[in-house]
Amino acid sequence: MNGPVRAPLPDGRWHFQHGPIDLVIGAEGDASAVAAALEDCWAAFGAVLPALVAELPQLRSPCTPALRLRGPVAQTMARACAPFAEEFGLFITPMAAVAGAVADHLIRCFRRPGVARAYINNGGDIALALTDGQAFDIGVVADIDAPRLDGALRIAARDPVRGVATSGWRGRSFSFGIADAVTVLAADAAAADAAATIVANHVNVDAPGIERAPADRLRDDTDLGSRLVTVRVPTLAPELVHAALERGAAFARRCLERGLIHAALLTLQGRSRMLDTQDMAALT
Amino acid sequence: MTERVGSNAVGERFEAAEPVVVAAKPPEKMAANKVLCDACPVLCQISEGRLGACDRWGNVGGKLTRMDPVVLMKRPGVEVIASGHAQWNGEWLNDAPVFVSGVGSGTTYPDYKPAPFIVASRHRGVDMVTVVTEGIFSYCSFKVKIDTDRYLGAEQSTVRYEGEAVGHVTTIEYGSQFLSLGGVHHLTGGSKREGRVTCDLMQKLGNREAVELEIEGGARLVVQAGRAPIVDGVPESRMRVGCGSATIGIFAKQWFGHVDEVVVVDDHITGVLTEHQAGKCLDMPASGIRIRGRKSTPGRYFQVANPGTGWGGTDITDPLSIVEGWDPQVARPGLRLLMVSTTGEHAEYFVLDEKLQPQRAPMPEAVRKVVDRIGENCEPALTTVLFVAGAGGSLRAGVTENPVRLTRSIKELLTRVTCGGAPAYVWPGGGITVMVDVTRMPERSFGTVPTPAIVAPIEFTMRRDVYAALGGHVDRIQSVEQVLAQANHRLIDWLPDNPWPLAPLENGE
Repeated sequence: MNGPVRAPLPDGRWHFQHGPIDLVIGAEGDASAVAAALEDCWAAFGAVLPALVAELPQLRSPCTPALRLRGPVAQTMARACAPFAEEFGLFITPMAAVAGAVADHLIRCFRRPGVARAYINNGGDIALALTDGQAFDIGVVADIDAPRLDGALRIAARDPVRGVATSGWRGRSFSFGIADAVTVLAADAAAADAAATIVANHVNVDAPGIERAPADRLRDDTDLGSRLVTVRVPTLAPELVHAALERGAAFARRCLERGLIHAALLTLQGRSRMLDTQDMAALT
Repeated sequence: MTERVGSNAVGERFEAAEPVVVAAKPPEKMAANKVLCDACPVLCQISEGRLGACDRWGNVGGKLTRMDPVVLMKRPGVEVIASGHAQWNGEWLNDAPVFVSGVGSGTTYPDYKPAPFIVASRHRGVDMVTVVTEGIFSYCSFKVKIDTDRYLGAEQSTVRYEGEAVGHVTTIEYGSQFLSLGGVHHLTGGSKREGRVTCDLMQKLGNREAVELEIEGGARLVVQAGRAPIVDGVPESRMRVGCGSATIGIFAKQWFGHVDEVVVVDDHITGVLTEHQAGKCLDMPASGIRIRGRKSTPGRYFQVANPGTGWGGTDITDPLSIVEGWDPQVARPGLRLLMVSTTGEHAEYFVLDEKLQPQRAPMPEAVRKVVDRIGENCEPALTTVLFVAGAGGSLRAGVTENPVRLTRSIKELLTRVTCGGAPAYVWPGGGITVMVDVTRMPERSFGTVPTPAIVAPIEFTMRRDVYAALGGHVDRIQSVEQVLAQANHRLIDWLPDNPWPLAPLENGE
């Protein structure tokens, strides 16, 4: 059994890894405060995975009001996912927010005097800590096939955003949809993670050539059972791309209206849709 | 697994943590085809061919396997302490029995940082340094040699994979057709899908998987490094012994006395024994046969038929279709004619009747023996796959602060270049353009990044003083023992046909 490991990256960031959890952590501020925060984070990190594993069967079961969870990360996961089950009547398990919830849980270690700003990137799901006057510029890459910075989202301390998450069918998690990427800004990383997953599921269209397979035939121990997940998306006609993005955008708008998210960027085959609220940081 | 960069990103050493309490218990019942991964508390039960939750560990052939460790290679007879965080006593390393390969090493692209591993070792008392990295190559391609006479497609034809243009048909060499597959033009110059499909094809070819290709206006092929090509569903078994003319030359004496005429059918050069110089040397009388096509030199004919997958790379199934007729002044009834392909796979024996019409007849044993010998002299038809890549840009910056010195050092044979331990041929001229046989590299040496580009291992080995002289990152040198003790690694046996890279080069003594 391999325990958690950590390694400094040459640019001063840290890499924490334990089983399937990979974190890249960046923090700035007073050197001793940052070092102390990192040590606290490391101390907390080792307990995260065992606690999740202890409740894994429940975490892999659909969200219902009856679901009882003990661990703090598990509870964050369930809380982030519950609106999608309860308000929209959708299938979702707490696992949809696992990456974001882990990042949220650990970012708290950096919310202390002396740390100006920090982030924990858990495989694309990012939790932020910001003090007054600080901001993060988050680069947005709309097309992974031709990576270029399509814009930078400035998230300032006065904005309500502390979580950024991205989901898509080609990522490590499965998707029912065909989005290349859905990036969501929300109050915390768990909320962003759950919403990105569900919005990405809604970027969808039926077209020949799109291949789907039962999730449990692709991976063992999936929380999605035999539900069909996307395994291949051919180049689609522009009207199909448009239709799929419209479906996703319509759902993202409902999430915005209910205050579940603050902004969403949906991309599919080189086209994208951006939705945000008035008080959000604009795309610069 | 697509994204390899970053998985083991900069090869920094992981710090061992305090043991943690394991919360989950192994399951009591588990399906027989699964393995229990105990690498972390999740304890995934992984079916064969699948990955665990982390994408790092998988079930490969019933064995729990680390999917992305750095691959170390040991020479036969060397015992090495297992892996992980094992304590290392550093006793055996007088003659460097372990080589750290670039496979799984990660990369620092696109920056200027030192390569993931810069490894010191001693070989016969000489201090050596190996700079180990994985290159991300946009400028790279595969040159594929397909041993066949069959017509695969016209030169310059487009080769397609999953409907996308991924390369082209290039020259025919002796007994083989060459294809050029991949390359920056298809990776980044076309549509996004073309780039992705090309990248996928290249990774599969490099990792010795079978791929099905379609040549525009030509054949459908299945090619796999080190295996026989399959042309239009038919596995190729023999590489021709030579062109038709060469076959005449090789076997003329053995046919002499058993037949009066031999035609070796070949799409390139069909040979006719009695007209050929070899027949003349044996004082064979002319047979009066008239062959279709364009006469080149005596006994050698071009274009006797169309290219195809029939006899000798032509489209014919009846050999007599290339015989225009017989000169009645010269030909005589009872004349014995053998028609044979350049691989001996096709052969028929005829005797001219009273009207000078060839009639099929049982092949005499003595003739059959020579036909069989043609087959015996054909080498097995193979597909060979060579990776060609240019190591430029920041890859060299990972080796030295003064990259041109690395280039010079390689040209001066002070620095040896290997790819996954396999010897690389370095092209003359500018830059570091290498060519390597993928079958000499460890399994699964190739990866991809979404750019799209190919990830491939590359190692530079030189004497330590040479490394220092070319401005190397000497402060980042670590010992093999440190790599063994601290990096996630997988230890495999050295491929015995490859020269040991730590042995000094000609000028490196």
